[in-house]
Amino acid sequence: MRAEALLMRRLRGAVSAVGAAALMAGVSVSARAAEVAANPNIVGQPVDGAMGLQPAHSSLKFQAIQFHDWVLLPIITVITLFVLALLLICIFRFNKRANPVPAKWSHNTPIEIAWTTIPVLILMIISVFSFKLLFAYHSMPTPDLTVKATGYQWYWGYEYPDQKIPEFTSNVLTKEDAAAKGEPYLLAADHSMVVPVNKTVHVLVTGADVIHDFGLPAFGVKIDAVPGRVNDAWFKADKTGIYYGQCDQLCGVNHAFMPIEIQVVTQPEFDAWVAQQHAPAPAATPVAAPGKTASAAPQPLALNTQAPVATH
Amino acid sequence: MATAASDHHADHGHDDHGYAHTPPFLVRWLFSTNHKDIGTLYILFAIMAGIIGGAFSGLIRWELMHPGIQVFTDQGILGSGMFKGHNGYNAIVTAHGLIMIFFMVMPAMIGGFGNWFVPIMIGAPDMAFPRMNNISFWLLVASFALLVTSLFTEGGQGPGFAGGWTLYPPLSTIGHPGPAMDLTILSIHLAGASSILGAINFITTIFNMRAPGMTIHRMPLFVWSILVTVFLLLLSLPVLAGAITMLLTDRNFHTHFFDATNGGDPLMFQHLFWFFGHPEVYILILPGFGIISHVVSTFSRKPVFGYLAMAYAMVAIGFLGFIVWAHHMYVTGIPLDLQAYFVAATMVIAVPTGIKIFSWIATMWGGSIDFKTPMLFAIGFIFLFTIGGVTGVVLANAGIDYSLHDTYYVIAHFHYVLSLGAVFAIFAGFYYWFEKMWGVKYNEILGAIHFWFMFVGVNVIFFPQHFLGLQGMPRRYIDYPVAFAKWNYVSSVGYMITLVGMAVFFLMLLEAAVRRRKAEANPWGEGATTLEWTLSSPPPFHQFNELPHISADSSH
Repeated sequence: MRAEALLMRRLRGAVSAVGAAALMAGVSVSARAAEVAANPNIVGQPVDGAMGLQPAHSSLKFQAIQFHDWVLLPIITVITLFVLALLLICIFRFNKRANPVPAKWSHNTPIEIAWTTIPVLILMIISVFSFKLLFAYHSMPTPDLTVKATGYQWYWGYEYPDQKIPEFTSNVLTKEDAAAKGEPYLLAADHSMVVPVNKTVHVLVTGADVIHDFGLPAFGVKIDAVPGRVNDAWFKADKTGIYYGQCDQLCGVNHAFMPIEIQVVTQPEFDAWVAQQHAPAPAATPVAAPGKTASAAPQPLALNTQAPVATH
Repeated sequence: MATAASDHHADHGHDDHGYAHTPPFLVRWLFSTNHKDIGTLYILFAIMAGIIGGAFSGLIRWELMHPGIQVFTDQGILGSGMFKGHNGYNAIVTAHGLIMIFFMVMPAMIGGFGNWFVPIMIGAPDMAFPRMNNISFWLLVASFALLVTSLFTEGGQGPGFAGGWTLYPPLSTIGHPGPAMDLTILSIHLAGASSILGAINFITTIFNMRAPGMTIHRMPLFVWSILVTVFLLLLSLPVLAGAITMLLTDRNFHTHFFDATNGGDPLMFQHLFWFFGHPEVYILILPGFGIISHVVSTFSRKPVFGYLAMAYAMVAIGFLGFIVWAHHMYVTGIPLDLQAYFVAATMVIAVPTGIKIFSWIATMWGGSIDFKTPMLFAIGFIFLFTIGGVTGVVLANAGIDYSLHDTYYVIAHFHYVLSLGAVFAIFAGFYYWFEKMWGVKYNEILGAIHFWFMFVGVNVIFFPQHFLGLQGMPRRYIDYPVAFAKWNYVSSVGYMITLVGMAVFFLMLLEAAVRRRKAEANPWGEGATTLEWTLSSPPPFHQFNELPHISADSSH
């Protein structure tokens, strides 16, 4: 977790540096920042001007960030700078003024062997870490909870088969509603998927009409919602709060308008929420999109107004 | 590399003789069977398509400059009624991709430079099938007409097909019931037929029409690059044609190839598409590899380093291009062992690509570099292609792709290899052969200004998109959360800088056309060793009435 904190600090540093650069460029977008105090529960969301991966809140994303930030990024940066340095040497040492008479050689077997074998070695090093991460993604612990997420044009449906909670739909909040709740427009949804913290959540993902994609950056989850196929992903959120994701596969006109909102709560809160869903519904307005079979609206979770829940 | 024997220089005296036989205007340009004229037509076509595709990218960047919807409103662009709303945006994004790939890069590189210089470089009088060459070009025009028609035809949620250049069903079947998608399919069919005919023509020409002494291993690298490219075209395009034919019958004749509710599989389309699609991206870049080799060697006044390794690296890249397709499908739910294989296979591509990068640098090393405009673009290419290459290595890892798939990181990656790689190679070739093709000189200062604006502009556009992708911004979004505002703004500013560069490019064309400085046969001096520099600029209407004899080059 210390490395994570370090990463956060680096990210924040990047943010401020970028902010300065953007100011110099005469950016006017800062004026667009939401006026309503942001919901303090929001944990997983993009940060304006940030330059790295979104901070990890699942073990998989944590490993992915380590792989990217400590293996891939240094290697590709060094390679790029190495190529740049060679090019600069060529430009300054071997231009027609500095070197009027060109050499005539065009072969050097040892160096050719070197620049074939060294990349192979580098790639082998990368692949060791890469396969470790890939296999981690595909070794799910015994899940504590299964949620089925179905992509529709253009909203999500969430169903809890083991809790016998029938599918409810999750639509994007309008700009005004999102602002009123202190949540970011195009990330906030009216009903979120609710899951317990520190529990392995198995997400079954499918598409009802066209292909969608269930993507949640903070958990490192991204899986296509393909009609006729049930894909799966898993995550174990390490902190309570609100996490945002988006649809990552072009699915039609409102592709940008079907966000994913996940509320990670404590186990007692989750149990209470489940019980609430089973209670006879008061005259709740169905949230299903017009023309769709109306599904029961979930009871709102009175979490947005609470103080941030302490992390483990 | 090979050089012409000295007796061949006799051709210079015959310029006027050659021109006396040019056919009248309509016959020359509509019924053209001359490889140079067809090459010119392809290049003019590519410039025209590039203007349209580039304007579309301008609309995209304009829309994304700020959060909210400013350009693609319900009244259409600037209240014109065209390209309304979300559907209009998606249709433009789709058309931008298809136009840039099929109607800009491919015609410029293969149809344009390939037609112009492959026959000359191997010492042939023309292509093997000159009339088929004509059909190839005009099929492409018909194809483009269909695509543009499609943009103004009902798609499903509005005019045009708005499902992305990848055409994934079910969005391209049930998602777009209107005729726009059928027109798009037919457009791609024609473009594919055009390319397959062109590929057959190039293969036949290169295998059968090389001048005496021009052995396979003496062919210039540009010819090698085109040879590998057209083999990729020949082997991959029929797969695409099959896939989109299945789309067509799914849409119109109630077949269910990709319809899960009736036993089909949407993922099968993705496998077929990417079996074409991955070779396709190498089709876009390989001719550029050839061009860069010539430019780097010419302006370093030094033979290409490791000729054979360079040639066979392209063959290796071409081969590998066919066995890595599912790295575009890590998040579709394909099995773990399949993903592991595609991770490993994909990373292998970095090896031959590295060989090429380092060999170009080794060609420059010890050389006497002259920084003419083509060389500026070539050096820019090497550096920017390296950046695009290393982010490709990042994306090859399925575990990281789970965070970056379909985000702006991918957009940045493939624009670094295409918009900054392939397009820089096209400009390098365009300036390199400018005098040869048009018979007039370009202005070096305007060329250099063009380069620097482009170089800065495209980096400002695409480098910040890595950050957006890492933060998770999905691609093909008309509107985004405010948290993505800053880098999107910077990216759009980059577009404006690039636009200035493009304005300078057209100014350069205008200046050259007005001033008409007489071209030299070989403006580049001793470094330019391939056969096209032994001919006049422009070359005679029919070259090589007497075939040149090629002898081994001492440096090879």
